[in-house]
Amino acid sequence: MSGTMTITLNVWRQSDRNSKGRFARYTLPNVSPDMSFLEMLDLLNLDLVRKGEEAIAFDHDCREGICGTCSLYINGRAHGPLRGVTACQLHMRTFHDGDSITIEPWRAKPFPVIKDLVVDRSAFDRIMAAGGFVSVRTGGVPDANTIPIPKPVAEEAMDAAACIGCGACVAACKNGSAMLFVAAKVSQLALLPQGHAERQQRVEAMVARMDAEGFGACSNTYACEAECPKKISVTHIARLNSEYLRAKLI
Amino acid sequence: MNKIASFTTSSVGRKLLMGLTGFFLCSFLIVHLYLNLFLLKQDHGSTFDLYADFMATYPLIRPLEIVLFAGFLLHAFVGGWLWISNRLARPVRYAVNRPAENSSLSSRTAFWTGTFVLIFLVIHVNTFFVSSRFFPDGLSMHERVYEAFQSPLYVTFYLVALAFLAYHLKHGVQSAFQTFGLRHKKYETLIAAIAVLFWLIIPIAFAVLPLYFLLAH
Repeated sequence: MSGTMTITLNVWRQSDRNSKGRFARYTLPNVSPDMSFLEMLDLLNLDLVRKGEEAIAFDHDCREGICGTCSLYINGRAHGPLRGVTACQLHMRTFHDGDSITIEPWRAKPFPVIKDLVVDRSAFDRIMAAGGFVSVRTGGVPDANTIPIPKPVAEEAMDAAACIGCGACVAACKNGSAMLFVAAKVSQLALLPQGHAERQQRVEAMVARMDAEGFGACSNTYACEAECPKKISVTHIARLNSEYLRAKLI
Repeated sequence: MNKIASFTTSSVGRKLLMGLTGFFLCSFLIVHLYLNLFLLKQDHGSTFDLYADFMATYPLIRPLEIVLFAGFLLHAFVGGWLWISNRLARPVRYAVNRPAENSSLSSRTAFWTGTFVLIFLVIHVNTFFVSSRFFPDGLSMHERVYEAFQSPLYVTFYLVALAFLAYHLKHGVQSAFQTFGLRHKKYETLIAAIAVLFWLIIPIAFAVLPLYFLLAH
């Protein structure tokens, strides 16, 4: 087939949470440059299944870059070499014929490997359950614009709300810190009037849960911002810090 | 756990302690440099010695000295504590990792540059502070400085240490502003200017002194 590539893959294989993993090497011919990275893995899995081997487990869902499910550490970068994209939106045209690609799962104590490239990210759910919400009575939809919110504030809150919770910030941070994720959630709600009532207990509870899960502390390398597929700014971490200081001291 | 205890043991609280002690130590750098620059005054060190004697004998300086040492110790202790807990957060390292593509070297090496600065400080304090305060031998502080900086090896060590301090502050100063939540487009230029003062201008000014004593005398 003309215009296709042959790629060598070093993929982390691990049977389950408790077993010891290892890298397996595969050579994959006929890779189209138009394939997404996950389609390339689909092709590899098809090949493995045909040979009677076990397919590589990896997380995926929407394949549109909006669900935050895919989580691959590709050639030493979270979601691969491009900025502002998830692994599912990474295409094989980014690579060259004959390239060797190493694929690893997110590495962090609170994200244990379940199988191969799949990690357990339920620590994020527990952080959200600790305070990443607004307690309101459900009922009829309020009229639009009943609560005035200045446009720049709404924009900033929406930028924070773009976080898809993929965990790339944790994966890229040398400290395995989840602070960009927590900051995005705290910031989004702290900016909006609906979130003001619970801002103090929210930041305290979410930071406490984050620490209890075993995530590291932010040391301001800003690798998280660089690798975030939604380009969440570390300005939100600054807001998290001031929210926390305010909650503890005032 | 009460509020203060939970604050000082939390990841964000420990970072705030790092920033607070960091700012405090930076303020000390300004005072230290201001007094050091009297070494350049052509009066055979009399003004500098006057200040050195004041610092050594004025009673109100004692508690400030203790606070300063406590500041250094707290900064080093919390920094080490954070470094250990951050290492524990990733027990399995990546086989292939390219941090240079997403973060600066100064930010990733702050622990190591800080450790070198701490080693330098132990030697520095021993050379000038401990010997003059606890083992007085009749030498004035100016004479002590003159004597110490006649050795090219010692001067080289100082210059290397100042380079490490500069690199440590290149990350540390702007990082402290971020930690205190003082990050906004409006203030970016101001913060960048303050950072340059601390990581570039002040270390260069400090470096002038050992070079002056080695080369000009």
